[in-house]
Amino acid sequence: MSVRASSPWERILLLALFAVLAALALFPFYCLLLGSLKPSKELLRLGLNVRLQPDLLSLDNYRFLFSESARKYLFWYRNSVVITVIYTACCLLLSSMVGYGLAVYRFLGRNLIFVAVLFVMMVPVEIIMLPLYKLMISFRMIDTYRGIILPFVVTPLPIFFFRQYASGLPKDFLDAGRIDGCSEYGLFFRIMMPLMAPAFGAMAILQALASWNSFVWPMIVLKTNEMLTLPIGLASLLTPYGNNYDILIAGSVLAIVPILIVFVFFQRYFVSGLTVGGVKG
Amino acid sequence: MKTDAVAASTPTTPSTPMRTNPVRRLLYSRGIAPYVFVLPFVLSFLIFFAYPVFSTVVMSFQEVLPGQTRFIGWDNYRHLWNDSFFTALRNNTRYTFWTLLILIPLPLVLAVFLNSKAMRWSGFFRSALFIPSLTSVVVAGTIFRLVFGQTDVAVMNMLRHAFGFETINWLAKSSTGMLVLVVLATWRYAGVNLIYFLSGLQSIPSDLYESAEIDGANKWNKFWRITVPLLKPVTIYVVTISIYGGYAMFTESFMLWSGNHSPNDIGLTMLGYIYREGIEKNELGFGSAIGLALLAFLLAVNVVQLKFFGLFKKEED
Repeated sequence: MSVRASSPWERILLLALFAVLAALALFPFYCLLLGSLKPSKELLRLGLNVRLQPDLLSLDNYRFLFSESARKYLFWYRNSVVITVIYTACCLLLSSMVGYGLAVYRFLGRNLIFVAVLFVMMVPVEIIMLPLYKLMISFRMIDTYRGIILPFVVTPLPIFFFRQYASGLPKDFLDAGRIDGCSEYGLFFRIMMPLMAPAFGAMAILQALASWNSFVWPMIVLKTNEMLTLPIGLASLLTPYGNNYDILIAGSVLAIVPILIVFVFFQRYFVSGLTVGGVKG
Repeated sequence: MKTDAVAASTPTTPSTPMRTNPVRRLLYSRGIAPYVFVLPFVLSFLIFFAYPVFSTVVMSFQEVLPGQTRFIGWDNYRHLWNDSFFTALRNNTRYTFWTLLILIPLPLVLAVFLNSKAMRWSGFFRSALFIPSLTSVVVAGTIFRLVFGQTDVAVMNMLRHAFGFETINWLAKSSTGMLVLVVLATWRYAGVNLIYFLSGLQSIPSDLYESAEIDGANKWNKFWRITVPLLKPVTIYVVTISIYGGYAMFTESFMLWSGNHSPNDIGLTMLGYIYREGIEKNELGFGSAIGLALLAFLLAVNVVQLKFFGLFKKEED
């Protein structure tokens, strides 16, 4: 009964409040999109503004993005795609293995390893940037894809997530598999992996997003312009001496587009991936 | 080949292991398999975590030069007592303070609204508020430095004109620069924290509210007596990651001031300082000392924070 008790005024007020908030949240995107359609000289002179000026709008910035003079942008885009795909695939495979191992087996050292996972989660990676950088120099991995991917490919959060997920699955399947002659690895690849599909979905999105947007570590590792990833490349366009707004603004729009597409189709995975650390006690 | 391996590994069929080689049999045994599964983590932990942590501790007592390193005792740590370090620490602390003050209560209240029965289209609004967090800080920073541009027609200056104020250069002063950073953080993270609180709310059993209603509790009582206390685990989590995030803030400042050098270091952060000393000046020893000081500081803050919440709990029981 109390469910229906909310007054129409209450409903209208709430809707109005959230309409305003949603508009504020989406407004910067509108500014960016509008800016990307204006001549870059205009942007340099006047900054981002909300005047529509229909006679100024054109797709010239996007055309320029795909022209010969902006070739570096396509390099960055390719680098970002390659790194994100390789990183996400390896990260999911390895961390699901570790998470599964910790969840399903009881073995000597299991608790120690799990504590280590939690410990790594608690120390901010920024603290070890410098020794890692030094390590990358001695491994000759500076300015390579490997150098960006390897140090963080086995990362605690997805391990924790897969462990929690695998712990919640019924173990009867595994015993049944053993009786049918499946090896321990077969159990993982043929039985557990399909069962953990929702966990893979959530982690794939979370890790791909993190990789696509990551900034500090790639900036430290990458040196040559053709090797840069999208965020580093875009950031390199901002210099104290003048900015290449044509590539920067239109390039930023195209950097967001793939994420938005994924978000629209796989929204629920975003939520389940995010809330792993917080709520599960 | 494959079927052979599968058959050989089965511990319940005693006849098959004889046919395979011992290494393979060991690798497939149930005693060893768990170690194979956790091996990626163990390797990564040793190479990319334990060793770097060890080496940063060692380096913090050294002067690291190409080809030669020298043990210099506590000099790097003594050197920490300087203006840049305190500027960076102050900037991060102010930033963390403001983000905590805004990004805990605001998303919590919004989550309660979104979760209320009177709310329509809550899924749509949740997504709309979450979308900003999908952008990289680079893109977000680009937008905000233009929205807060110093020209007369930049969005925020036009807003000032509407209220009769004049154009200002937002990023030239420490106070307005901090404002831009905090607005950017609010825009990007409000939706994420909202989702944390929403999922916390959904785990609160609704019969608690129902019995409170029977006892005559109003909305205000229910919010303070049921919602807030039961959201405590989520709140602790959000506070913890906000403190870590606040002190690790770097890219935001890097984007707004197009690089690691802002006027009078008004945008200098701890991580920016590590980057400046360690990478730009190649003082790996001193950079390590800054990092470890930051780590010690963060751990101390977190102990205090958890203690605070813990004491809170004792009073309630």
